[in-house]
Amino acid sequence: MTGQISAVERARQSNRKVATVALSIALGMLGLGYASVPLYRIFCQVTGYGGTTRRVDIAQAATVKDSGREMRVRFDANVARDMPWEFKPLQRTDTVSIGARDMALFWAKNDSNQTVTGTASFNVEPEQAAKYFNKIQCFCFTEQTLKPGEEVRMPVLYYIDPAILDDPDNKDVAEITLSYTFHVTSIGDAKTLDQNKPGG
Amino acid sequence: MATTAEHFQAHAEEHHHDHKPGFFARWFMSTNHKDIGTMYLIFAIFAGIIGGAVSGVMRAELAAPGIQYLQYISPWVGDDPSNFNATLHLWNVLITAHGLIMVFFMVMPAIIGGFGNWFVPIMIGAPDMAFPRMNNISFWLTVAGFCSLMFSAFVPGGTGMGAGTGWTVYAPLSTTGSPGPAVDFGIFALHLSGAGSIMGAINFITTIFNMRAPGMTMHKMPLFVWSVLVTAFLLLLSLPVLAAAITMLLTDRNFGTTFFDPSGGGDPILYQHLFWFFGHPEVYIMILPGFGIISQIISTFSKKPVFGYLGMAYAMVAIGVVGFIVWAHHMYATGLSVNTKMYFTAATMVIAVPTGIKIFSWIATMWGGSIEFKSPMVWAIGFIFLFTVGGVTGVVLANGGVDDVLHDTYYVVAHFHYVLSLGAVTALFAGFYYWFPKMSGKMHSEFLANLHFAVFFVGVNMIFFPMHFLGLQGMPRRYPDYAEAYTYWNHIATIGYMIMASSLVIWFVNIIYAFTAGKQAEDNYWGEGATTLEWTLSSPPPFHQFETLPVIEEAAHH
Repeated sequence: MTGQISAVERARQSNRKVATVALSIALGMLGLGYASVPLYRIFCQVTGYGGTTRRVDIAQAATVKDSGREMRVRFDANVARDMPWEFKPLQRTDTVSIGARDMALFWAKNDSNQTVTGTASFNVEPEQAAKYFNKIQCFCFTEQTLKPGEEVRMPVLYYIDPAILDDPDNKDVAEITLSYTFHVTSIGDAKTLDQNKPGG
Repeated sequence: MATTAEHFQAHAEEHHHDHKPGFFARWFMSTNHKDIGTMYLIFAIFAGIIGGAVSGVMRAELAAPGIQYLQYISPWVGDDPSNFNATLHLWNVLITAHGLIMVFFMVMPAIIGGFGNWFVPIMIGAPDMAFPRMNNISFWLTVAGFCSLMFSAFVPGGTGMGAGTGWTVYAPLSTTGSPGPAVDFGIFALHLSGAGSIMGAINFITTIFNMRAPGMTMHKMPLFVWSVLVTAFLLLLSLPVLAAAITMLLTDRNFGTTFFDPSGGGDPILYQHLFWFFGHPEVYIMILPGFGIISQIISTFSKKPVFGYLGMAYAMVAIGVVGFIVWAHHMYATGLSVNTKMYFTAATMVIAVPTGIKIFSWIATMWGGSIEFKSPMVWAIGFIFLFTVGGVTGVVLANGGVDDVLHDTYYVVAHFHYVLSLGAVTALFAGFYYWFPKMSGKMHSEFLANLHFAVFFVGVNMIFFPMHFLGLQGMPRRYPDYAEAYTYWNHIATIGYMIMASSLVIWFVNIIYAFTAGKQAEDNYWGEGATTLEWTLSSPPPFHQFETLPVIEEAAHH
């Protein structure tokens, strides 16, 4: 009889072991689901997936040589539905030498009667060109705050990596579009007034 | 093989006293795998009627261009019929409900919860599932999830009542695009049924690994058991990812996170990746147990063991594994690079290889067999034909370049209904007629079962085959209205729906016939071809079977 009970107990333990392993697989996948959020961000930054551009510092940028080959860059500016700003590029297109630094200017105006802080999201079309689009300085790196009626000119300092010329996926790319969308971060928040001077 | 069957029958007859608990304890607190399986089947039929009625409304609306019926239905959920936007929103609610009900509350409960619960323990010679109490929780969580989904139709979902997001619940439509509690209830429904399915998967895995009768090695398990084992692993690996994704939706909606909101640095495309990482294995979750059922049936009525048993088992494993690395073929239109598209096209086409092995082996099983065209066999052969048609259009759609044109057209609708509505559901009916007398103890009418098949086959093909034409002509999915040029084939499809619906009447008549006038089923009413362990038991099997474990002899075959 005791032998029988221990057999039942052994079966129960073994069941519990398999179930625990199975449950931990499920929990592991749940964790992976959440881990995919930062992983996806890193993946986009590394591969330029989804039109994610590169950010470089001045020292890195100084090592890049002008290739002498030209490419056209188009600029596009949008605001999110609830954003009370006007936002547009001051030049529709620029013809730049690949590898040379260039500056583009954007202009924004707060049309509301409240102080509004916004952040710009960005992407590049065609997407396979994104990983060669390097930004040295951009108003999209920080939040921007505009007082009621205030307007501002904001620069983007960028260059196109000459490596794009060796990439077969970009063989037929003659024009790159850089697009921004301004989203509301906060409205009427006094704290952010002095920080992040517009135009930075 | 016949001797094996007689050997186990002796075991079953040892159970003279078959104590069953009282009604409430038996059905509401059930821990018996057969009772829970029965409840899953009844629940799935109930949910299927609702999901089928929803598609009836959809087909009626699509019978002619313009909006004919939606404004009469919209007051049922509390919409103002004069609000045209709310009327159109009802369409989105209907397609969402149809998809979610059929996937989560009809096919999955029927094929895994119903047939899986009923026959996996019996086929491996186990007295019950490993965790009978958890089995009960799984079932009632599924029911609770269904209630939550039904409730969502009657609360505001943004433009009108109900969640109108599609079964994919894509952000931003499901986040900023759908204020109101409806989508939250829809997500909650997925959480509940998902939790139930994960518990069910753990239960199946433990049962199959630990509770096989002596001699029942992994490579002797019937293919239906193999199919449920692979399915359970797919559930275990994919459902938690869906749970994570929809929980992120929930916090994006209610607690100000921005997982999928670009204004906070999120990306709605990430939701699509997470959803389809779940969604693609999900379609195999729905079809693999069907493969298992078809294998049992083809073998039974060809009176031969399945051709290439190991190949069949590992083809399912291969389909399960490859199913996890093809998800972005649902996202060709989101702007994937050429190289990414090339990979996902190639990987997707690889799935045609193990699937081809299965189709080939079913035909090879029939080849030279002593074939008997009993109703389950008729349904099973119908399955092979219909599933192959769906598989062929699947290979077409796998091409990233072709999909640029066909994405979100009726061609896609035709494809996935051929593999699911005509594939999985046909397998369900095949399994139903194969096992119904075993489960109920009453023989159905073979004439009505064959008539059911004939009418159903004509009906579903009339609904879905014209959708290939509509899709190739460019008719988009998910709209209640269409250009007049599409009228002809839409009208044909709606007539097909009516034919299909009348076949279900034949089915219900057959069930009523079986319970009122059906002959008492013998233990093994299909004869010598039926060699798995359920045929060694009485029909219906005793409340508790295999208290003395059967021993599978060396010669015994799957």
